[in-house]
Amino acid sequence: MTSDQGLGTRNQGAGSNDQGVNPNPQYPIPNIQSKKHSIIGTSPQRIEGRAKVTGAATYVDDMQFGPNLLHGMLKHSPIPHGIIVRIDVSKARALPGVRVVVTGQDFPGYTGLYLKDRRIFALDRVRYVGDAVAAVAADTPEIAARAVDLIEVEYEPLPGVFDPEFGASPEAPLIHPDMDKYECVPFIFPQPGTNVSNWFKVRKGDMEKGWAEADLIYEHKYRVPQVQHVPLETHVCVAQQDVNGKITLWSSSQSPFAQRNLIAKALNISHSKLRVITPYVGGGFGSKAGVSIEGAAVALAMKAKGRPVKLHMTREEEFHTTFVRQGLVAYIKMGMTKDGRITAVQNRFYWDAGASTEYGTNITRAAGYSGTGPYYVPNIHVDSMCVYTNHPIGGAMRGFGMPEIHWGIEQHIDRMAHKLGLDPVQVRLKNCLKDGDETLTGMIMHPTGLSQCIQKAANAIGWGEPSVSSGPHKRRGKGLAAMWKAPAMPPNPGSSATVRMNEDATAIVSIGGVDLGQGALTAMAQLAAEGLGVKMEDIRVNTVDTDYSPYEWQTVASRLTWSMGNAVLQAAENAKHQILQTVAEAWGEDIDDLDIIDGQVVSYKSEESQPLKDIVIYGMQRPDGTWIGGPVVGQGKFMPEYVTPLDAETGQGPRAVVHFTTGCQAVEVEVDDETGQVQVLKIVSAYDVGRAINPDMVRSQMEGGAVQGMSTALLEGIILREGVPMNPNFTDYRIATAVDAPLETESIIVEVPQDDGPFGARGIGEHPMVPTAPAIANAIRNAAGIQLDSMPITSEKVWAALQANGQAPFA
Amino acid sequence: MNCDITLTVNGERYAISVPAHHTLLQVLREQLVLTGTKNGCEAGECGACAVLITWPGADHAEPVNSCMVLAPEVDRAEIVTIEGLAQDSQLDPLQEAFITTGATQCGFCTPGILVNARALLNRNPDPSDIEIREALVGNLCRCTGYIRIIEAVKMAARAGKEVAQ
Repeated sequence: MTSDQGLGTRNQGAGSNDQGVNPNPQYPIPNIQSKKHSIIGTSPQRIEGRAKVTGAATYVDDMQFGPNLLHGMLKHSPIPHGIIVRIDVSKARALPGVRVVVTGQDFPGYTGLYLKDRRIFALDRVRYVGDAVAAVAADTPEIAARAVDLIEVEYEPLPGVFDPEFGASPEAPLIHPDMDKYECVPFIFPQPGTNVSNWFKVRKGDMEKGWAEADLIYEHKYRVPQVQHVPLETHVCVAQQDVNGKITLWSSSQSPFAQRNLIAKALNISHSKLRVITPYVGGGFGSKAGVSIEGAAVALAMKAKGRPVKLHMTREEEFHTTFVRQGLVAYIKMGMTKDGRITAVQNRFYWDAGASTEYGTNITRAAGYSGTGPYYVPNIHVDSMCVYTNHPIGGAMRGFGMPEIHWGIEQHIDRMAHKLGLDPVQVRLKNCLKDGDETLTGMIMHPTGLSQCIQKAANAIGWGEPSVSSGPHKRRGKGLAAMWKAPAMPPNPGSSATVRMNEDATAIVSIGGVDLGQGALTAMAQLAAEGLGVKMEDIRVNTVDTDYSPYEWQTVASRLTWSMGNAVLQAAENAKHQILQTVAEAWGEDIDDLDIIDGQVVSYKSEESQPLKDIVIYGMQRPDGTWIGGPVVGQGKFMPEYVTPLDAETGQGPRAVVHFTTGCQAVEVEVDDETGQVQVLKIVSAYDVGRAINPDMVRSQMEGGAVQGMSTALLEGIILREGVPMNPNFTDYRIATAVDAPLETESIIVEVPQDDGPFGARGIGEHPMVPTAPAIANAIRNAAGIQLDSMPITSEKVWAALQANGQAPFA
Repeated sequence: MNCDITLTVNGERYAISVPAHHTLLQVLREQLVLTGTKNGCEAGECGACAVLITWPGADHAEPVNSCMVLAPEVDRAEIVTIEGLAQDSQLDPLQEAFITTGATQCGFCTPGILVNARALLNRNPDPSDIEIREALVGNLCRCTGYIRIIEAVKMAARAGKEVAQ
């Protein structure tokens, strides 16, 4: 890393990883580098664990709003594409007990995170089955349901786009003819007059040279369907407007501040007049990032005369009217020398992005700048195209484009290694990015433990050792896949935190990030305790209330431990500095001789000590009887200041992203050739997390992500017929159960520190589901010699492939 | 139409009037404000709303998805919800084990899984790995990957055996 990017020097040794750069010299960080860390790297239990195992943890739907509560419901479009000819809400309005009916006429503004292409309610045109055309609020859910039925909508159907490759072609009907009028961030490149709302290009090196140097050139097409996140808690929110016009939104959200920002702008109200409160969240996986249904609840509340309005998605609605993961058609062409060196990569990604790409455009950008996978490739040509379709709206999902592109890339590498008679592990080790290599966008790769991860995962699965099947008609095999992923976000997403001291020397940490199960509250408590010098049990961490919590961009991109962690650590260190300044003056000592250990101020020089109790609020008495100090409130903030734009035509630029987390998974499977059933026996995950703040929670992320990845690999896909979702329930859309979970998992932590992470940490939340699907596909190929190009790998597909190979016994 | 029913929930007796079309899940969450029991699908497919029911005349409790039971059906039944699993703030060994092993993440499936696992250990104090997996097949969890949940049930079973000895 070069110093002109303002990051200073990079830490090399594992022992020197706490020299965090202080991004805010206004609040100097005291010298804590000599101290041994007592809490970082240990695994205290989840701080909200007791609330969660007793049923006491409060989620949005558990909050009590009294009999005044109105029940909201959305009127959805039953057709995938059409013009709204007429909406008649008069019968719904006339129904006793109906208090509010709103349509697009009432709230016509556009909204969206990266590209403002979405309205709260469809106004002139519907673009997918489930598009909200109106909403009601009524005294009971039963009345609301009847009112929705009474809304009459006449549509003029339009031809639809149900395949992204077709959607990108000139023959396709336009889904957003007004694309040129949409507001857009500068790093997204819409193509007005087409259905392509972002076209991210990488052009690097000399493709002719790359193909000429290759001994094998292989091209293949891979497909990934739309899938759903399936948080166990569906989307739910309650909105209420008070007598001064101020609106409060209680929302199951990963993005309370982004919701405040987007909804305030869409409804043209002041940020100070919208307050978002997020209690515990029952899972998100990206579906609760940004805004989906919440604008409709606020719209209803603005006409509900002060009554609170609840909008709670049914499981069916959750499947196709909130967010889904985008589908992908990927063409991958790769050149490789006979000794396994990658000479060129040419990829075309057609994203099945759905009816709005307000969030999805940035997924396709991330896929573009990560389009080679975690490998050094000299000659690159990548086109990542975000294509509107008349399908459910694609949004952020755990991995943000990476599971989808790695599905093809990581199978491709394996197949080419196989064709060349090479070991896939050795091919990956040869090509994988190492410290100082140039990535596809021209960024210099930071120190990374990717090679270690590949080696450790291979060792743990017993790579090269034969697999013994459990019986006749059973075939075992092993497979492996590597990955990389950067936090995909604007260049300047900010975090902030406060640490407030109480009289008894406990501290309250306020943050704007959300714990949706990943353990953020606990990790932040650890960072605050370490930075302040108090015990973990003396820290409380607040859930989010935008009126009282400091700003956080969003809980996405696996960025909290790194970004919010920096803010919390700085706030704790700032509080500590304030305390020590007071003590230094009262004792007449140098601040550098003082420290806080286990809640006691200690002097290394005079060997005096005093509990923090009382002095953090009341201050201390000087020898002359006067007082100094006062209530201690530490503050901290973090925002990356070094990410650069990329060239629109070549995708080149000095620093595309803040960093990449890298890793590798290895699996062993058994294929039943009578039924096509695949059992995953073992999943090994090895990731470079920089520094594990809480190693047990890091391993929990690896396990849960691996099983979610396995579930999408084997079971999941939204079945769409002409845009109509056919399986929006858990009987027809299966996710992995306890019976499907692998018999064994092993999670390996590699720690090559991140220069600007708290104690060297970087994110791990999303990464464990990125390589799982291709690792399983590679293991199946290893076991049974069959190739599977499209997810999910159902038993039916496996059996059909075995049959085609002449291997199935009952063909 | 409303029905008058009596039932016992977590040891407390209730005589209430319930809309005949309401589910037990609605009665628990909306009328009794026992919100620990979660609504995940309202179709009996996810297990988040599981509670223990001892039907009138039955000698043991069974785990049931409360979204699939109409309120009038539980007249004279005894019900235990997640709020009733701990005794006088003494956590059930399963609850302890879920905290210790990290078997809860977002926590939304946790009440249903704990209740169902309690029923499993009541009928089989020493279940095998496969028996635990099969008992929990109706409880979806999207966060943990089930590995630690299975481990937690084993840990609680071991704790139960130690108490018994």
